[in-house]
Amino acid sequence: MLVSLNGEQKELAEGIKLSELIDMLDLSHRRLAIEINQEIVPKSQHAKYEIKPNDKIEIVHAIGGG
Amino acid sequence: MTNTTDQLIIADKAYNSRLLTGSGKYKDLDETRAATEASGAEIVTVAIRRTNIGQNPDEPNLLDALPPEKYTILPNTAGCYTTEDAVRTCRLARELLDGHDLVKLEVLGDEKTLFPDITATLEAAEILVKDNFKVMVYTNDDPIIARRLEEIGCVAVMPLAAPIGSGLGIRNPYNILTIVENANVPILVDAGVGTASDAAIAMELGCDGILMNTAIAAAQNPVLMASAMKKAVEAGREAFLAGRMPRKRFASASSPIDGTFF
Repeated sequence: MLVSLNGEQKELAEGIKLSELIDMLDLSHRRLAIEINQEIVPKSQHAKYEIKPNDKIEIVHAIGGG
Repeated sequence: MTNTTDQLIIADKAYNSRLLTGSGKYKDLDETRAATEASGAEIVTVAIRRTNIGQNPDEPNLLDALPPEKYTILPNTAGCYTTEDAVRTCRLARELLDGHDLVKLEVLGDEKTLFPDITATLEAAEILVKDNFKVMVYTNDDPIIARRLEEIGCVAVMPLAAPIGSGLGIRNPYNILTIVENANVPILVDAGVGTASDAAIAMELGCDGILMNTAIAAAQNPVLMASAMKKAVEAGREAFLAGRMPRKRFASASSPIDGTFF
């Protein structure tokens, strides 16, 4: 299935959980926040959340800024 | 007056430093860490952006250089031009920082000036305060708007002294003074400071603190400038508390006239 990940199209396996995607991206040890279709998915829900076709996933972190 | 008796209180938390710093525009994270350390800042702003997907997973992380256990991290809404984007950014920041609810709200109006969009700023402030955020808000140097933002419930109001990143100094000291005199929440100059004397002037006007980034990061020697800014903010604060002498048009001798032998 196709999803949008940080603005880019990405092919993912059907039924993949959000926590599995985070592992796949090597981001599991990172401090991040995730929004899907403009709704925050809290860290406590990552393992349960099943990604659906056409989900718009945004993964953000903190960078330098003033 | 020592620091322990003259603390800056923001949203019920006490800080010894009245200098807040940004973490942008540094050469690398080592410089960010060293300059932040030298500035003595306890509150440091960060931006929220997309994670780089598929890049080096061991790439150093800003929050390793500026650990939230040591610094109060102040996520900003830099780059937001709409109420919606600013509110969304704050909600992501709160999730990122495990429920930490202190944010710096800025809704920009135009890329050339980076002046705030005031109507959108007021709207976003209302939404965020209702959503239990503690909002430190970037605004222009308009005393009426500053008061309005305080009434909405912002925990600090942060007027610009000059455009962001311009280094032009305190362009309208009388407006800053009026904002300070009207306020019941901390007033921090945010943006426009170029060098140490600008920081001292803002503090002598009675500002509660200063937030700066480019003045330090774009100096030839950022770590040395961070140290200069720390001293300037402290000096300006002490001068404000001490109360300056009145200005006089003509001279007044410092040595007595009595007892002269010539």
